[in-house]
Amino acid sequence: MADQPTSGGGLQPSKPPPWNDPAVRSIVFQVLALVVLGWFFWTILNNTLANMERRGISTGFAFLDRAAGFGILMSLIPYDESNSYGRTFVVGLLNTVLVAFLGIILATVLGFVLGVARLSNNWVIAKLATVYVEVVRNIPLLLQIFFWYIAVLQALPGIRQSITVGDAFYLNNRGFFFPKPIFGDGFGLVWIALIVAVAAIVCLRKWARQRLDRTGQQFPVFYASIGLIVGLPLLAFLAVGAPLSFEFAELQRFRLAGGASVIPELMALLWALTMYTAAFIAEIVRAGILAVSHGQTEASRALGLKNSQTLQLVVIPQAMRVIIPPLTSQYLNLTKNSSLATAIGYPDLVAVFMGTTLNQTGQAVEIVAMTMAVYLTISLLISLVMNIYNRRMALVER
Amino acid sequence: MKSTPILVAAAAVAALVAGAAQAATLDDVKSKGVLSCGVSTGLPGFSAPDANKNWNGIDVDVCRAIAAAVLGDAGKVKFTPLTAKERFTALQSGEIDVLARNTTWTHTRDTSLGLNFTGVHYYDGQGFLVTKSLGVKSAKELDGAAVCIQAGTTTELNLADYFRFNKMQYKAVVFDTSEQTLAGFEANRCDVLTSDQSQLYALRTKIKNAANTVVLPEVISKEPLGPVVRQGDDQWFNIVKWTLNAMINAEELGVSSKNVDAKKSDKNPAVARLVVGTGDMGKKLGLDNDWAYRILKQVGNYSEIFERNVGSGSPLKISRGLNALWNQGGILYAPPIR
Repeated sequence: MADQPTSGGGLQPSKPPPWNDPAVRSIVFQVLALVVLGWFFWTILNNTLANMERRGISTGFAFLDRAAGFGILMSLIPYDESNSYGRTFVVGLLNTVLVAFLGIILATVLGFVLGVARLSNNWVIAKLATVYVEVVRNIPLLLQIFFWYIAVLQALPGIRQSITVGDAFYLNNRGFFFPKPIFGDGFGLVWIALIVAVAAIVCLRKWARQRLDRTGQQFPVFYASIGLIVGLPLLAFLAVGAPLSFEFAELQRFRLAGGASVIPELMALLWALTMYTAAFIAEIVRAGILAVSHGQTEASRALGLKNSQTLQLVVIPQAMRVIIPPLTSQYLNLTKNSSLATAIGYPDLVAVFMGTTLNQTGQAVEIVAMTMAVYLTISLLISLVMNIYNRRMALVER
Repeated sequence: MKSTPILVAAAAVAALVAGAAQAATLDDVKSKGVLSCGVSTGLPGFSAPDANKNWNGIDVDVCRAIAAAVLGDAGKVKFTPLTAKERFTALQSGEIDVLARNTTWTHTRDTSLGLNFTGVHYYDGQGFLVTKSLGVKSAKELDGAAVCIQAGTTTELNLADYFRFNKMQYKAVVFDTSEQTLAGFEANRCDVLTSDQSQLYALRTKIKNAANTVVLPEVISKEPLGPVVRQGDDQWFNIVKWTLNAMINAEELGVSSKNVDAKKSDKNPAVARLVVGTGDMGKKLGLDNDWAYRILKQVGNYSEIFERNVGSGSPLKISRGLNALWNQGGILYAPPIR
């Protein structure tokens, strides 16, 4: 159609009538589809509100300002019974984010170690990793959470028989207690030093890379980075006169008062989520490494690279291209699986907000909608970050 | 089948969204031929399945009585086990017809959930269960304790009020079901288990080392437990309310499952209204006049269901106390059938 003759009066195609014009048609159909979709959601919303009104169920978000009146086991922000339902939402949300964040980091580390171990030349290590993966990923997560919770609780002693190290660290069935750091005046400088150290490392890496490209000489970036990130804050810390003290947990009748603690519910949940997700990540890592053709390894050996260098500079960067997309799904799974916390009493968003708050207020529609929105947002954020990372790691064609 | 809270909540949302016209519950139950009754996930004395998967308990018997009145057969009940968190949503969404799940009648629940409480079939109060080795004699000594508790209950709120009012600290360890709560207590996750006192006695029967536990004397709240129905269906509301009243009135009039046939020819007009339905007592409810006869014949009067489930005929051995009739030292008082 592209090379239709445009000259020669009589042959010029006449404009089709609007109902036959593909451009007009497609616009009409798209507008129609949008109208139908809009009408659909509007009806749902309207219907819901009308039905709830008729059945005498309270609606609206006014409940978020009302006093909650119940206690929550663990909160990252100050919370007590007189705070609002809105605050219970934030408390639950932060607890969910905490367990998801720690879980993702730990599962990634454990998963990479296991994935590499599965490919090890050492028969025992390879088989042990295989057994781990096959056992852990084939048992339902909920059972594993229960198992670890009960196992952790049963194994730990009571509060009076706590396992203790120098009366500073306590481990018992109420949790793990440790001295709480109290930051004195001037400690802000230490944080600033830490930020400066991170910035310095980023610059250092860039410079070392350029030097490598230019001269072929390697610079020990890793050791230099460690020196920077430990040394700079330490210097700042000593310079302002070590303004750090600790509040120790103190044994009382029923509890250890003061100090900081990790509750057994968090330990069990984090442990179970990490173990479970790491099994899947191990398989993804193994697949990623195997996807790098063996010729690459042979070529790097031929260039005289050491085994560790081969893995670090040749295999892993290429394997990451295969690993990242499925790894993202595992991160999303872990985040969503954290909602199983409700089974063992870890106060995450589902347990606190969609559990107690929903039951005390009865406003199911609002609360379920808010909870779904939260998981959607967290998941989309993780996807976004991972997609950006993926784009940076992806093969760039020149 | 045990549905998760998420499923029930989703079902409720879906039901509210779809907004199918709600038929009268009575017609609904009759056409289904079975009464859907929401009960607990297992609380001895109130609602718990036995070894043969038959449900037993005082809540269960209330459901059976409704089925006897409406469907003519106390066996035509489908029991849906619900956690405390799921129960109201399940009723709101129409998944169940009546909720008899040791549920406390409170202002908020009555006014903002779109539900109606039909009466009280057990007067309870919140208490504390502790191990004897803790050496605690009163709830006032519990400062700093970790407390195992079930999610979504009035007890969760009372606990917070009580500790705050008495200027004490506590850590609430919140579980979904009473089994999990008990497991947490038995694993020593907490020092105290708190719940309605009747439940504490019921749960104690499940503890392996029950002799080492003690229920503290304090009762910190009023917990009137009763059957719940959806708001906006007055006929069904009346049926459930008067089923309960019929059982309480029967005890007062001395009519039980054993003598109900003989009582059919009783001279007392109050007994006649109850047992043979003179004055069209059943018709006024939208049922037939034998409704109360069937309740008493198939399930029994209040005293019978109390004694066999939680009283002297059960392992719980709870005395009538507040739950005795008004003329026998309790506060149980049903309006007359007239």
